Amino acid sequence: MPVRFILFAPLMVFVAITILLWSALEREPGKLPSALIGKAFPEFSLTKLSSQNQYLSFSDLSGAMVLVNVWATWCYACKLEHPYLQKLASSGVKIIGINYKDNRKAAIAWLEKLGDPYLVTIFDKDGSLGLDLGVYGAPETYLIDAQGIILHRRVGVLDQKVWEREFSQYYADSGE
Amino acid sequence: MMNELLSPELGHIALIIGSCLAVFQGVLPLAGSYTGRVRWMQMGRSLACGNLFFIFLAFLCLSNAFLSDDFTVRYVAQNSNTLLPIYFKFSAVWSAHEGSLLLWVLILSIWTAAVALLSNGLPLQFLSRTLAILGLISVGFGFFLLFTSNPFERTFPLPPIDGQDLNPLLQDIALILHPPLLYLGYVGLAVPFAFAISALLESRIDSAWANWSRPWTLASWCFLTVGIFLGSWWAYYELGWGGWWFWDPVENASLMPWLVSTALIHSLIAAEQRGVFRSWTVLLAIFAFSLSLLGTFLVRSGVLTSVHAFASDPERGMYILLFLSIVIGSSLTLFAIRGPVLMSASSYSGSSRETFLLINNLILTVAVAVVLLGTMYPLISDAFGLGKISVGPPYFNFFFVPLTFILLMFIPLAMRSSWGHVSVKILSSWLIQPFLLSFVVGLIGSSMLAHWVGETQNSFSALVTLMCVSWVFMMIFVDVKEKLKLSTFTKLPVRYYGMVLAHLGVAVTVLGAGLYASSGIQKDVKMGVGDYAYLGGHEFYFSDIKHDRMSNFLFTRAEIIVSREGREIVTLKPEKRLYFSSPQTMTEAAIDGGLLRDIYISLGEPLDNNYWAIRLHVKPFVRCIWLGGAMISLGGLLAVLDKRYRRRKIIKRDLENLSAQSVPEM
Repeated sequence: MPVRFILFAPLMVFVAITILLWSALEREPGKLPSALIGKAFPEFSLTKLSSQNQYLSFSDLSGAMVLVNVWATWCYACKLEHPYLQKLASSGVKIIGINYKDNRKAAIAWLEKLGDPYLVTIFDKDGSLGLDLGVYGAPETYLIDAQGIILHRRVGVLDQKVWEREFSQYYADSGE
Repeated sequence: MMNELLSPELGHIALIIGSCLAVFQGVLPLAGSYTGRVRWMQMGRSLACGNLFFIFLAFLCLSNAFLSDDFTVRYVAQNSNTLLPIYFKFSAVWSAHEGSLLLWVLILSIWTAAVALLSNGLPLQFLSRTLAILGLISVGFGFFLLFTSNPFERTFPLPPIDGQDLNPLLQDIALILHPPLLYLGYVGLAVPFAFAISALLESRIDSAWANWSRPWTLASWCFLTVGIFLGSWWAYYELGWGGWWFWDPVENASLMPWLVSTALIHSLIAAEQRGVFRSWTVLLAIFAFSLSLLGTFLVRSGVLTSVHAFASDPERGMYILLFLSIVIGSSLTLFAIRGPVLMSASSYSGSSRETFLLINNLILTVAVAVVLLGTMYPLISDAFGLGKISVGPPYFNFFFVPLTFILLMFIPLAMRSSWGHVSVKILSSWLIQPFLLSFVVGLIGSSMLAHWVGETQNSFSALVTLMCVSWVFMMIFVDVKEKLKLSTFTKLPVRYYGMVLAHLGVAVTVLGAGLYASSGIQKDVKMGVGDYAYLGGHEFYFSDIKHDRMSNFLFTRAEIIVSREGREIVTLKPEKRLYFSSPQTMTEAAIDGGLLRDIYISLGEPLDNNYWAIRLHVKPFVRCIWLGGAMISLGGLLAVLDKRYRRRKIIKRDLENLSAQSVPEM
C-alpha cells in the first residue's frame, strides 16, 4: 500500500540522519590524523591576526619546517600550553598560530599579556581553515615540512613529554 | 552543618536513587497497563514525585558545593572561584556540561511531577503510560550523568586552593536565567511527546488527546520563546558585536524545536476542533522532542565545533546518539505501524482556516528543514568526501527571510478565516483595500526612516518590511474590532487576546529584525580625544578616556558625547575590561536605547598615538525584536491560562456552530 509506505518515510529519514551522525562521530578524533598525514597543508587566504588588511596564504607557511598551533582565547588548555610554546619558540622552533573561531581584539590582548611565541598568527574567525584541517577543538598542533606536507598531528596540549615522544625526532632528522 | 549534610556524596547517592525510581516509573505503570494491574498503574504518580524529590536533593547538593567553594569537587574547581559573587556561584552550577545535564534531568522531573499532579481528568491507563514514557527518558539521561559525566566526582589527592573561574562572558544576569528557561522549554516538549506515544499505543488520536496536549505544548513553547529571546538579547548587549542572531549551531539547536512546536501548537488546534491533520500532529509532537534531543547531541558531542561547545567528548556523543536512536527510532516505527488508524475523515475546502493552518505548518516545516540542513551541512559534505564546509548566515538569510515574510502574510488570513470554508469574495475584500493602504504606510514609513537615518542602506527591504507588518497590524485590528462588535471585551475568552497579542508580537519582531537589516548602520572609526565622527545624522564627540580598576578587573573607559542637530542627547561610556582571573578582554558596549532607535558604541583596541578603534552603530527599532518576543511569550501565557484547560471534563462542542460568527479558537 502506498500510504503505508509514506508512513515509513520519517523513519527512513531519521535512519539516514543517524548514520550520518554516527559516521561523523567515528571520523572525529581517531581517523583524521592518518587521513591528513603526508598530504599538503590546505590552501587558504585569511588575514593576519594583527592586521585586518594583510592576507596570508599557504606560501607564507612553506619554506622551512614549522609547527602550526591552533589556539583560541576561549580555550583553557591553550593557556596551559602557552608557556611551553614560548620555551620552544625561544629555543628556535618556528611556530605559526591559527587563532581559531575567536575575537580579534581578545586574541591580540591575550598575546600581549602572555607573550607571543608565534612568527605570525592566522586569524581564522569563521573556522574555515580549521574545517579544512579537520580541527575538532583547540589546542591542536601540526608539524609541516619545508614543502608544506603535514608530517604529524597532535590533538590536545603540547608539553615537554609530548614533544620528546612525538616531535623531537623530526627535528633531529632534519638536523635542526 | 548544612554544608556537611548536603555533601557531594549524598548528592551522588540521591542521583542514583532518583534514577532507580525512574527505572521503576518507566517499567511498572507500563507493565500494569498491559496486564490490567491497577495498583501498578497508580504507582506512576508517587514514583514521579519520589524521583523529583531525589533529583532535587542531588541538585541542592551540587549547588551547596558551589556556594561553599568546595574545590575538592572537580566540577566546582573547574567552573567557580572564591571571588565570584554569590549569584554567579549559583549560576555556575549549570555553566558546563555535567551541571547543565543535571539541570536537564531536574527539569524533566519537574515536568513529570506536574503531569502526575495536574492531570486528574486523564484516564488512568493513558496517564500511567505517559508517566512511564517520561520515566524512561529520565532513566536515559540519569544513566548518562552517572556513567559518563558525574558532577560529584572529587579531585584526589590535591584539591586546588582556588577554582579556575567562570568564563567572564558567562558572568551575566541573562545567563543565569537563559539556560534554565531554554531547558524548561526543551524538556517540556517531552510531555506532548509522551502524550503522543501513549495515544499511539492506545490507537486513540482524538480531540480529547489534542485538548490534553495543548496546554503542555503551549507552556513549554512559552519557556522556549523566552529562553531564545533572552539569549539573543544577551548576545546583543554582551558580546559587543552589535548583532542579535548569529546562526550559530547552538542557536539553531534551540530554534528548530521552537519552529516545530510552533507548528505543533497550530496543528493541535485543527486536530482538536476539526479532527484533521491527526497523523501529522502526532508526527510533529515526535519531531519537536526529537529535535530537542538532537540539539542536546549536537551541543554535547562536539561533532560541530562552536563557541558554545566547551565540553565535547566523543564518548558522550556516542551515548546520546544511541539514546537518540532508541527513543526516536522506536517512536517513528510505532508511528509507521499505527499510522493507518489515524487517517482523518473530515473534509474542508481549499480556502478555509484548515488550509491556512496547513500552509503555516508547511512553511514552518520547510524552515526547519532549511535550518537543519544548514546546521548539519559540515557533516553531510564531509560524509560525501567534499570536506567540511560550513554554510554561514548568507545561506540561512537567503531562505529564512522570504519564508518569514510568506508566513507573516498568512497569519491574519488564518486568524480571520472560518473553519470549513471561506469564500473567495471575503478573502479578496481582506486583501485588496488593506494592501493598498499598507503600501502607502510602507512608502511613507520607509521614506521617513531614510530621512531620519540619512542614508538608508536598503530602502526596498525597509519598504517590504513596513508594508507587510502594517498589513498584519491592520488585519488584526479589524478582526478585534469585528469580534468586539459581536461580543464584549470581557466576554471574549482570554485565549483570544493571547492569540492576538502573540501574532502582533511576531509582526513586531519582524519589524525590528527587518529594519535592523535594512536601515541599521554601523561604522568603524579611528578616534582620539577631541575627535568628531558622524553617522546617521548623529555627531559623536570623543571627550575623554580613563583607566581604572574594580575588585576583579581592570578597565579602560571612553566618554563619547552624542548629539543630533546641535542638541546633546547622551554621553556614552563604552569599556574594555581585563579580568584578573582570565586573559580574555571583555568589550562592554555602551548603549543608549529606546523604542525608536539604539545608539550602540563599542570600544575597540588601542591604535598608535593614543588613537582608538571605535565601532559606532545606529539601529532604528532594534528593540522591537525583543519587545515582540515579550509579546509572543505573554500571548502564549494568556492562552495557557485560559480556563478551558482547567475543566475536568471535555465538553462536547457542536462543530456546526463554529462558523465565521463564533469566537475563533486559538
